[in-house]
Amino acid sequence: MATVIIPTPLRKFTNQTSRLQVEAGTVGEIIEKITQDYPELKKHLMDPQGSLRSFVNIFAGDEDIRDLQEGKTPVNPSSIISIVPAIAGGTH
Amino acid sequence: MAIRDIQFSKEELARYNRHIIIPEFGEEAQLKLKAAKVLIIGSGGLGSPALLYLTAAGVGTIGIVDFDVVDDSNLQRQVLFDIHEIGKPKVEAARRRLEALNPHVRFILHNTHIHSGNALDIIKDYDVVADGTDNFPTRYLVNDATLLLDKPNVYGSIFQFEGQVSVFNYVNSRGERGPNYRDLYPTPPPPGLVPNCAEGGVLGVLPGIIGSLQALEVIKVITGVGEPLTGRFYTFDALNFESRTFKIKRREDNPVNGKNPVIRELIDYEQFCGMRAVEEKPVKEIGAKELYEWQVKGKKFSLVDVREPSEFKIVEIGGELIPLATVMDHADQIPRDIDVVVYCKSGVRSLKAIRELEEKFGFENLFNLKGGILAYIDQVQPELTRY
Repeated sequence: MATVIIPTPLRKFTNQTSRLQVEAGTVGEIIEKITQDYPELKKHLMDPQGSLRSFVNIFAGDEDIRDLQEGKTPVNPSSIISIVPAIAGGTH
Repeated sequence: MAIRDIQFSKEELARYNRHIIIPEFGEEAQLKLKAAKVLIIGSGGLGSPALLYLTAAGVGTIGIVDFDVVDDSNLQRQVLFDIHEIGKPKVEAARRRLEALNPHVRFILHNTHIHSGNALDIIKDYDVVADGTDNFPTRYLVNDATLLLDKPNVYGSIFQFEGQVSVFNYVNSRGERGPNYRDLYPTPPPPGLVPNCAEGGVLGVLPGIIGSLQALEVIKVITGVGEPLTGRFYTFDALNFESRTFKIKRREDNPVNGKNPVIRELIDYEQFCGMRAVEEKPVKEIGAKELYEWQVKGKKFSLVDVREPSEFKIVEIGGELIPLATVMDHADQIPRDIDVVVYCKSGVRSLKAIRELEEKFGFENLFNLKGGILAYIDQVQPELTRY
């Protein structure tokens, strides 16, 4: 099963789990499965049209899926999929 | 000052000896540091360690942008400041501390908000920018300004236990320009979706780590020593001590420096980040002084505090505590027959609570306390504890 790394800001929607193991063939299937299991994740990852939000990046290994085959990017059991949203903290 | 015109005094040679004796660094890199002008935007959690290390390292000129004053609640992580500086402008407190650390550095203070009207003017005279600000509009502003002025931007950002670092808009020795923030994140999250550090919190050591990494990258960018973090995006999760470095690339559709640029000057970044969304219906507001008048006159109304219990313990002004996350479940506790003033720390969470209550339960009697409990403390009860 592929490993999905959930970032801090989204862990409140996954019962504070930082890693999920998901059986899937593509990145798109992974997103579909985790948003089914954790419905609150959906509005943070997908826009109302069902596209990945542009302040969230998904990396397969160290590659941005926008540079691979986006949702169709294949995954295997050793894949590590990282969800990395924009964060802005610094001063206050 | 050109590098050939710079001479180190004996005192400086002694001070920087540990740099100079590193074979890859040497006196040449140290001279480049002294010739360099670096602008640090934000002197808080990230800016504090970055400023301390860059000053100690001997950067010749350091500019500091911050509009804020030192507050008790800063000292948990902003290691530049101490209790004697509370209430004083951060840029001035920073200079006092940094001049005592290294008298060979020249400081330029910008005690102001950075915005579209002044950003280009502030940034233009510097060689490198390090962005340690705390909100999305300023992140995009600094990004675009550094693109328009052709400056590298050493980016660091933090949230709770997580940090991010990259070097944006860096041109390498082969003349290849690296990606920037808009290539990584084309648009910001809508307001309220991602909490800021004031709401979400941050572990004090984390900005120390990430701000130090920014200082490291600034030094590499200036000296050309090593390989700057360009085209790569570093993330650090302090909770399980995992770091990852992802590859990032320039995008043709980047609106500032892609194939068909449409942004050729700075824009309204509050609007870009949806802070001034026109479609949203305005909520009723009340100022702190007006609230005080209601209290003094004995008007019948109710107060609701949507902050967290930990904040309530620090200071409270008599509101009933219903944290934002539980407001929807406790809507029946909020009266409908009298006016209700809802407040939080600064007015953002209470606005969110009011919008949700109006939308889902049809409330029409809710007022947002402008500026939150902080405004009330400033304007009505300055003896209460700020945080």
